[in-house]
Amino acid sequence: GVAEYSVIRGRDIGDVDPNAGFNRQTGRVQYQQTVTNKVIQKGNPKTELMGTPVGDRNNWSISNYFYLQVLAACFYPALLEDDSLPLDVKQRAESLLRECDGGSIGSYTDSSGITKIKHCVSQFITRRDGGVPSSPDNIFIKSGSQTIMLKLLIHSKDSCQTGVLIPVPTYASFTLAVEEQGAAIIPYHLCEEQGWMLQVEELRKALHTGRKTCNPVALYICNPGNPTGHIQSRKSIEEVIRFAAEERLFILADEVYQSCVYGDDTEFYSYKKVLSEMGSTISSTVEMASFNSVSKGFMGECGLRGGYMELVNLDPAVKQYASRLFSTRSCPPVVGQIALDLMADPPKPGDPSYPTFSEVGVFAELPGISCQPLKAGFFVFPCLHFSLKAIKWAKKRQMEPDMLYCLCLLEETGLHVRPGCEYGQRKDSHHIRLFVATQENIMEDALQRLKTFHTRFMKEFS
Amino acid sequence: LVVLRGSLYPTVPDWVLNFSPLPSLSSPHRNLSAFPAAQSEHLQQKMSENGALPLRGKVLTVDTMNANVKKVDYAVRGPIVQRAVQIEKELKEGVKKPFEEVIKANIGDAHAMGQRPITFFRQVIALCTYPQLLDDNKFPEDAKNRARRILQSCGGNSIGAYTTSQGIDCVRHDVASYIQRRDGGIPSDPDNIYLTTGASDGIVTILKLLTAGEGRTRTGVMISIPQYPLYSASIAELGAVQINYYLNEEKCWSLDISELQRSLHAAREHCNPRVLCIINPGNPTGQVQSRQCIEDVIRFAAKENLFLMADEVYQDNVYAEGCEFHSFKKVLFEMGPEYSSKVELASFHSTSKCYMGECGFRGGYMEVINMDPEVKAQLTKLVSVRLCPPAPGQALMDLVVNSPQPGEPSYQTFMKERTAVLSALAEKAKLTEEILNTVPGISCNPVQGAMYSFPRITLPERAINEAKAKGQAPDMFYCMKLLEESGICLVPGSGFGQREGTYHFRMTILPPTDKLKIMLNKLKEFHQKFTQQYS
Repeated sequence: GVAEYSVIRGRDIGDVDPNAGFNRQTGRVQYQQTVTNKVIQKGNPKTELMGTPVGDRNNWSISNYFYLQVLAACFYPALLEDDSLPLDVKQRAESLLRECDGGSIGSYTDSSGITKIKHCVSQFITRRDGGVPSSPDNIFIKSGSQTIMLKLLIHSKDSCQTGVLIPVPTYASFTLAVEEQGAAIIPYHLCEEQGWMLQVEELRKALHTGRKTCNPVALYICNPGNPTGHIQSRKSIEEVIRFAAEERLFILADEVYQSCVYGDDTEFYSYKKVLSEMGSTISSTVEMASFNSVSKGFMGECGLRGGYMELVNLDPAVKQYASRLFSTRSCPPVVGQIALDLMADPPKPGDPSYPTFSEVGVFAELPGISCQPLKAGFFVFPCLHFSLKAIKWAKKRQMEPDMLYCLCLLEETGLHVRPGCEYGQRKDSHHIRLFVATQENIMEDALQRLKTFHTRFMKEFS
Repeated sequence: LVVLRGSLYPTVPDWVLNFSPLPSLSSPHRNLSAFPAAQSEHLQQKMSENGALPLRGKVLTVDTMNANVKKVDYAVRGPIVQRAVQIEKELKEGVKKPFEEVIKANIGDAHAMGQRPITFFRQVIALCTYPQLLDDNKFPEDAKNRARRILQSCGGNSIGAYTTSQGIDCVRHDVASYIQRRDGGIPSDPDNIYLTTGASDGIVTILKLLTAGEGRTRTGVMISIPQYPLYSASIAELGAVQINYYLNEEKCWSLDISELQRSLHAAREHCNPRVLCIINPGNPTGQVQSRQCIEDVIRFAAKENLFLMADEVYQDNVYAEGCEFHSFKKVLFEMGPEYSSKVELASFHSTSKCYMGECGFRGGYMEVINMDPEVKAQLTKLVSVRLCPPAPGQALMDLVVNSPQPGEPSYQTFMKERTAVLSALAEKAKLTEEILNTVPGISCNPVQGAMYSFPRITLPERAINEAKAKGQAPDMFYCMKLLEESGICLVPGSGFGQREGTYHFRMTILPPTDKLKIMLNKLKEFHQKFTQQYS
């Protein structure tokens, strides 16, 4: 059977918990309730939900079993005496357990993570960046959010609120994290017409506006982008770094989708790598924190909460305070640290299989919907072109048109997508966000449902 | 009067109320109309002219960073531990020392000290992680059933998926059932249960929700002295006001209501006290509060309109004769509707302590009672920022509250292991108290519960002066010397708070019994030597 869509019952970065009752956007509560009701009705063929078979082990390659086996052996070391486990699984589990106090993953670890794993991560980074050195001392393993960095950066006083530049569209929980620290959000728009490209001119404009009302200190970039699926060119990254250097901004580079890159002509460049190749004035001064996690990519083990932050050019005195802050959080979950080690040092030879991604060219055939080509990430963010009639109808129902579209889509077909109003979009534009990193047959089914619904919808409101 | 309300009494911090998922496209969120335009740019220019902001200077410096962070201290992992780690490295490199190993008696980490995990728990988690093992007949049927149940309620049948921010549904239901059973049938609503990343996550989240106001209206948080420094660190980080109430060392660290009253009264002069935190069983002191005391505290909180935070992570760690754990929730409800319908309470539990000792899993929960529904909705939104607690920790919590029952295949082994751990701890608690009390100059209250001793040490005047000359707290000076000379790592009492002019250290009772005996005797030797040296 089709398992539940991870976005509904669970958490996907950017989605507000469907169980949250409070919501100021009209229709949202109703939408969430519908989603929840559908979940409860799961199993009824008429209302069966589209899902991503995260747990469908049958379609995972052998190398994915490796991770599960290592984790299981770390949890229950008696398995190491089992003949059924391959030798490399046992060796890896043993070497990891040796790094744990008392040989148990139930012990606390160093606040910034197990030293050996930090070494492993720094080697991973160096390999990824073609030799650019990375020091374990600048690596902090953490359970997934950028909160600590935000906490250090944001120093809002009565006279002047700290500002953080944030892309539109972006995912909601990051925005909340920024607000939680008392900072002002300075939005900069990604250019939809050019595949959701980041344009420095737009950054400049946003910064200029921002400076009128707050003190901008940080620039948040999500590359590959969520929800856009855009991946930055090397040139674009250089421009952004130069901009940050000129304007004295701290770069927060969220690179958690770096392992999901699909296009043949696209490549992921890390901000650190590009920075290192930009001449010593810039490369030794621009301050940056890059983030990566086991939540995305081939592992997709979001529930394990494993991730890391790499600091570049951070003032050593500030780094001490960062360490201290980490220490109050005791330590990152050990199982997440282990998952990180496995991600950073996967079994060789033979690469793990990425989820296959099927063509979303279907959008080109449909009227009233257009989509930028997908380069990276898990999602596409197609634009819906509603007729005036449709917009009026939504207004009458006192709802955002894309929210209403999604509600109807869900009711009629059981297909769950997220409305663009949750991520930010230009006024009077409407989008939906569709999860695409799933099996081919599931994707085909989803697109078929969308196609059928959309055609009928557009006809009705022509 | 409800302490924490949504719209009627705007005591929830503004940023929580004002958040909406859509970043405002036309103007920044906060209303800064009072803020003159272009001031920031002008300010920047001026500062760089004066050289205060050199163009090459860093964006993030000690001066530009969040000032509150500078006030954060967490002694349990502080400078003495850093030195201990350094010494361990030196030992590994072959440097000669008067000892062969460092004994880390600073942190409540049971497994690190050799305590074994509970077999059943680890079996189920392994099954959840690698479901192929469900076909392996080496695993007992009850473990497999638990695993299947957990997997079914996890997203996509995988323990690797995100869960809802509040925590896996069936786990919350099981936690509620556990609480109901523990508290003699008093109902617990799963909707009031939030799974957390260790208890610390829950504690900090509630403090965040409660911290508001400015200046004289700034939230004041009452916390015991001595206390577990997560509280002082979080209060500093959030910029709330710490209000100290002293536990009574002469009466085995008991809590006097008159002291609560005194401290509250004094605090009202300069802040707005809204929270009362209590750790029971206590950390670092180990005292187990009597039922009468808990009632008195509840009555006090009701009268003074305080939100109660009950840190109960050591609830299974009760050793002394005549002592018993009483949950705040149970006592509250047994006090009748006058209190049970009014007093706002959050209780915290974790998988890190008790008999499990699974610190690295980061499992925990909190139960919120009588929270204003609008505020609760904000809380639910707030926890969504950190997405979700680690799924294995949630699964483990499920097993803790739903452990093997009589008749099940794993019951015997489970009970044997659980009893062995708790009785060993009880034995070590007694042993510690006894040995320490034979040392002239050290006086140790009975370790009624938790995992630590917090003895008082008498330091010679000369030692105190030498410490002060160095700019060190006298008990830090003592503990550092102890570390260098014997390899024993403790945390000085100054890290927890203590009455002026008194000195203590916190030492865990976790090392295996023979190592503990050795450690205590080394400590005895050291103390006598130290006293002589500085007399």
